[in-house]
Amino acid sequence: MTTATQGTPTEGTATGLPRLLPRHGQQPEDWYAHVARVGRLPYRDAPGRLISDLQAAGLTGRGGAAFPVHRKLAAVLEAAQARRRPPVVIANGAESEPASDKDATLLWLAPHLVLDGLQLAAEAVGAEQAILYTHADRRNDVGRRLRQAIAQRQAVAVDRVPVELAEAPPRFLAGQETALVNHLAGGPAIPTFTPPRITERGLAGAPTLVQNVETLAHLALIARRGPRWFRQVGTEAEPGSMLCTIRRSDGVPRITEVPLGVPLRALLAGPGEQGLREGAVLIGGYHGTWVPAAEAAKLTLDNHGLRRAGARVGAGILITLPQDRCGLVETALVVRYLALESAGQCGPCLNGLPRIAAALAELAGARPRRGTRANVERWAGLVTGRGACHHPDGAARFVRSALTTFAAELGRHERGRCGATDTTPFLPVPHGSAHTEQDWI
Amino acid sequence: MLCCASRRMLENVSGINSSTALWYASRATGVVALLLLTAVVLLGLLVTRQGRLPGLPRFAVTGLHRNISLLAVAFVAVHVLTAVADTYVHIPLTAAVVPLASEYERLWIGLGAVSLDITIALIVTSLLRRHLSRRLWRAVHLLAYASWPVAWLHSITSSADMRHGWMFLLAVACALLVVVAVGWRQSAASRDVPRAERVGLLMAAVHGRDRASRR
Amino acid sequence: MSEKLLVNPIECEGHGACAELLPEMITLDEWGYPVVDGRPLPAALERDARAAVSACPTLALRLVRC
Repeated sequence: MTTATQGTPTEGTATGLPRLLPRHGQQPEDWYAHVARVGRLPYRDAPGRLISDLQAAGLTGRGGAAFPVHRKLAAVLEAAQARRRPPVVIANGAESEPASDKDATLLWLAPHLVLDGLQLAAEAVGAEQAILYTHADRRNDVGRRLRQAIAQRQAVAVDRVPVELAEAPPRFLAGQETALVNHLAGGPAIPTFTPPRITERGLAGAPTLVQNVETLAHLALIARRGPRWFRQVGTEAEPGSMLCTIRRSDGVPRITEVPLGVPLRALLAGPGEQGLREGAVLIGGYHGTWVPAAEAAKLTLDNHGLRRAGARVGAGILITLPQDRCGLVETALVVRYLALESAGQCGPCLNGLPRIAAALAELAGARPRRGTRANVERWAGLVTGRGACHHPDGAARFVRSALTTFAAELGRHERGRCGATDTTPFLPVPHGSAHTEQDWI
Repeated sequence: MLCCASRRMLENVSGINSSTALWYASRATGVVALLLLTAVVLLGLLVTRQGRLPGLPRFAVTGLHRNISLLAVAFVAVHVLTAVADTYVHIPLTAAVVPLASEYERLWIGLGAVSLDITIALIVTSLLRRHLSRRLWRAVHLLAYASWPVAWLHSITSSADMRHGWMFLLAVACALLVVVAVGWRQSAASRDVPRAERVGLLMAAVHGRDRASRR
Repeated sequence: MSEKLLVNPIECEGHGACAELLPEMITLDEWGYPVVDGRPLPAALERDARAAVSACPTLALRLVRC
């Protein structure tokens, strides 16, 4: 179980953090503890009413895409009214990114906050069906925990829309919106082509709202405390707080709730460490960006601040690569995983990612051939924007940032050397891969 | 057989036997239609395997498949109209699309109607493809595998000429071509890699290739 | 009303007929899949574009409003 730290590492009182996770201890909250902490579920008693609060709050999705929540809800509500079809609401807790643990932690410690958010979102769009979609258990029996939580809520009759639990297959793409819907409809967890967007036509043809579980938790608090409260932390353009999965040189994942706009150096330099000077930082997970540590030290955790480094906040994954590891070797291992996780539906992704993976394996070894790096650049360009989902785009971004950030290491490898002294893999990469159709279902 | 017909026609210059002419026209257009439909099936199989015709651009395979199917229907139309117009035997126009509506050779002509019905469905769904679901279009298109054999049976059974001499050889040749082509298509398709295995296969291939070339 | 070309990469199997009929806007990558110019379609190419859309055996190529 990942340890959750309380509070934020920034100095001073970042007002009222943590918000989502319970302040004391690592014990999962039951219904009564939850109500004692945050108060009762404030239904609005009609669809649509919550949406303007969400707009004023400026809440964006915490699943990685940072899409404005009020716009998604409004789109689903509008589609439902236009087509006269009740929508479906899905809480996305798939967290298929291996380096991320924040959703699993949230669901373990504060499931009721997520379930509150699910009910409120369902009410806001007039849904009659709600689904909580979670990753096949990683370390704890999250499924059993959630079933208990749902049963408790049924006992006190607080839920207005029945909640089903559904399990995501252990695939990297399983959390992608259209793949999720495809899977819930009985098929493999592979993406489908949009248009039509799932907000228009999703599960069983109904307008479908998919929100990350952390987003729903924030929504549940905004409904109680209002948009101005939400904006007390964060930046003007990107308000609020978010959960981050942070790995420093010791490799231990820590879940921390931080205000948007917090300086990265406050998060990544552990107590007693000199601060970020050498090495590299991975911002945003395996579809994210490698940034030299010295540059990362000057950045803040918000999309506006990260833009100049070509990075995005994503799902709040921050990893410091220890200086005794080789960034190229780590990147090659991850890209091999990303390639194996391709759905294999679209020609460019199917053809490009395995070739990029093989070329990176070569660059990560001794004396790579002359044209290999140019091949990687060309293939990265060829796969970007040409798939049905953004998997190839993300992989290409990750790869290109590695080639830039580890340029010096590339030079060493060309001369048959390597700057690393430890060959133990550092970045978490799952072992099994999909071999049959069943592995996707 | 056709030259006998035209000789006979010339012999009856004074009173051209219109019935005979119509009947021969019907049989001739029927044979041509069968040949064209055979070509359509072969081209269709080629399209599914992304095959090419030597010397022709890629779009020609799909283009020929579609255009020849329209041409075939035109020949079938003349084939039907001339048979109906011929007063020697009574075949109502409805027998073209309603199986078993003809009193003359009820079953064999009925086969023709079945085949034509399916062919019309194939063409209509293809023209309206953009507005139909992929699944529906595919399901109807699979009926082509029924339409062609039924057309072939109709040809063999409706006309005694088709069962003798060079016309029989022609019919057998068409059947052989289709059977071989379908067999080829099936065996090639069975070697297609299922989606879930594609990326694993390619990974093994590119990694193996790299290792080999680096020795 | 301007239009642009759009490929459904899931349905696309790399037949390549589109690139033959509209080389000004579509080229094939090294694996045989279409690289489509996503800019608005010039009016002069509209006929060829419709031919290309029609020629696709899997209906992967579409013209959409932009």
